[in-house]
Amino acid sequence: MKISWSQYDPGTAWDELISAPGRPRPHARTLTKYLSSLTPNRLSRRQQAAERAIVEMGITFTVYSEGQNIDRAWPFDIIPRVIAASEWRGIEAGLKQRLTALNLFIDDIYNEQRILADGRFPREVIETSGNFLKECLGARPAHGVWAHICGSDLVRDADGTVYVLEDNLRVPSGVSYMLENRIVTKQVFPELFAHSRILPVDNYPSLLFDTLASLSPRPLDYPEVVVLTPGIYNSAYFEHAYLAQSMGAELVEGGDLVVADDDCVYMRTIAGLERVDVIYRRVNDTFLDPEMFHADSMLGVPGLMRAWRAGNVAIANAPGAGVADDKLVYAYVPDIIRYYLDEDAILPNVPTRACINDEDQRYVLDHLAELVVKPVNESGGYGMLIGPAASQEELRKFARLVKREPRNYVAQPVLNLSTAPTLVHGRLEPRHLDLRPFSLQGERSAVTAGGLTRVALVKGSLVVNSSQGGGSKDTWVVETGED
Amino acid sequence: MLSRVAERMYWGARYVERAENTARLVRVYDAALLDLPDEAGVGWPLLVDICGAREMFNARYPKGGDRETLKFLISDPESPSSIVASLGQARENFRTTRDLCPTEAWRSVNELYLFGREALPKVASPRRRHEVLSGVVQRTQQLTGLLSGTMSHGDAYNFIRLGRNLERADMTTRIIDIAAATLLGARATENGLDNTLWMAVLKSLSGYQMYRQYVRRRIRDEDVIRFLLHDLLFPRAVAHCLGELETSILKLPNHEAPLRAVLRLQRLVETELPESVEEAALRRLMDGLQVELAAVHGQLAAAWFLPDRAA
Repeated sequence: MKISWSQYDPGTAWDELISAPGRPRPHARTLTKYLSSLTPNRLSRRQQAAERAIVEMGITFTVYSEGQNIDRAWPFDIIPRVIAASEWRGIEAGLKQRLTALNLFIDDIYNEQRILADGRFPREVIETSGNFLKECLGARPAHGVWAHICGSDLVRDADGTVYVLEDNLRVPSGVSYMLENRIVTKQVFPELFAHSRILPVDNYPSLLFDTLASLSPRPLDYPEVVVLTPGIYNSAYFEHAYLAQSMGAELVEGGDLVVADDDCVYMRTIAGLERVDVIYRRVNDTFLDPEMFHADSMLGVPGLMRAWRAGNVAIANAPGAGVADDKLVYAYVPDIIRYYLDEDAILPNVPTRACINDEDQRYVLDHLAELVVKPVNESGGYGMLIGPAASQEELRKFARLVKREPRNYVAQPVLNLSTAPTLVHGRLEPRHLDLRPFSLQGERSAVTAGGLTRVALVKGSLVVNSSQGGGSKDTWVVETGED
Repeated sequence: MLSRVAERMYWGARYVERAENTARLVRVYDAALLDLPDEAGVGWPLLVDICGAREMFNARYPKGGDRETLKFLISDPESPSSIVASLGQARENFRTTRDLCPTEAWRSVNELYLFGREALPKVASPRRRHEVLSGVVQRTQQLTGLLSGTMSHGDAYNFIRLGRNLERADMTTRIIDIAAATLLGARATENGLDNTLWMAVLKSLSGYQMYRQYVRRRIRDEDVIRFLLHDLLFPRAVAHCLGELETSILKLPNHEAPLRAVLRLQRLVETELPESVEEAALRRLMDGLQVELAAVHGQLAAAWFLPDRAA
């Protein structure tokens, strides 16, 4: 028996491949037609082949559980998520617009603060932000860019609208999985790559290197670029190593770097100390420099902030860039775009209630059971409330939290995240997903074609984080020739 | 190249080599034991002494025993001397230096570890033992070949070569040590087994044919020992390993102190072997070489791994 799309019911959510039972979307037809030539058995065998490849390639992520770090194989679903190139061009323009505006905002906040003086952004929000670093005031990073690498989370609601859910401007992760997913998928469905025009993603490491190299404080042909990792026990260590390797950059830990009396950064090598020009850091702001933040941190490099402020080393993303990666600031991004670019936002925000405003707070408390409540500073899906799925006890707990620390919480309606066919016990069933494209900005800017699609493998679940039972899919941006 | 990374490459290679050589060690001893009468008093526990792990073993298995010894040397992940622990350490070192090795090498290390973790606990039965240990040897050889054939022979590779050859020289001295100790035990029973034992030693090091080609004499203990210590061409002979160390060291910056230590050891190996080989003296000499090899390691670490060395 072959796979039959007439038995696939996308339900009330927007399905990325199938609009109604038996009706594939035009841009997905090459894929759906191909899949329906396979039996569930053969499809399952390909899934097994993919899982073997993942184990053999050593693609892992680390989970913290009961005080231990466990390396797990990356959960992967072989059915790709397909996006039409015509739609993608709009999303790409929206992402570039957003990152450009956010960088203008960060640069303004740490320097002239025009937007505050003009009364277009509440000063209070900045002053109470945990991600605002006064140590960064007056700093002038190259090209006026603070957030060089951004991983935005996009979701599609039931009516087909694509929203930006979050801007991750601190240390967004996941891009290596996007790259590995493509490698695995090419092994699993080589026929499809031969017959479709799927935009490549594998140029990301070289785009990333060019972006980083463009920040070098020294005009060199070969600036020394390093990737700074907290170490092997970090959940994204696999990715740090992967990116360093594919860029040909050194992967360093805090202990490998030293700031000398000349306020330049050096790395300890077998030949002695070597000057470092650009640091792609994958450690959080407050662990960068124990001189300035945690005096007891083993991760940081004493004096690093001094070297950065002196302009002797570039740090990506720049310290303090996280000020724009705060779910409360997020609520103002459409205003930020209008203020700096005099344009309307191409990609809409999810309507967001900021509990710091009395009126919004009342609304949130009255409608807690219908809303998603998020702490403004967490990532990875930790510490949030999904109202409709919450127990009475959880609802009461969040009501208390919101009242006690209104600055720390925002609330959004529950979106019915879009779905895509996912292989579950040999059958294709709809599962909810999101999308994390990666945007780069240095001297020039770029966006990955597609990104990392994360999928909630549990039926009906909206939580896509790999640390909480999520998996991922390859993401295809396809030219259909019709546009 | 980062000092920390150099150290991990070095240890990664050492642990791969250690896993391979421990497998060889158990294999040869397995064969030798079959030829020995029980009253020779030579059993598996001797291997623990040769690996320098007596205290650790006694703490972990107070009652001792053959099965326990094999487990301790092969499949016990809690025993630092076990093959499976070496494979785990090798994997960890390569995992944390993924950015420097060819992707295939990391995959190969990972597969090697997965194979070991799966297969090594099954070695209680002698027949399976040979098969699994040979599997470890074959896979580690494959990895060594892969690194040699796909990785640029630059600094990172030189640290791999240092780790591999230091460990290999060390293990060759331990294997000679085992043979000597076994012979001491066997002599007590007036059981002449020199020939078969030294043949087994050569075979354990894949050196039987090479010995035949280059020495062209019947198997005699002095000749075998000389071959395993002095031969410059056989890759598992101590002198050859030291030559490899010398070559790699010369290619690295700030190499004066490590180079002196290796040259010293080379002289020692050339001159210290007594004319007539007597087992007890041989065992002392092997112990001495192991101490000197540890000193070479100390010099490598001081020159390249210690993070606070001035520029």
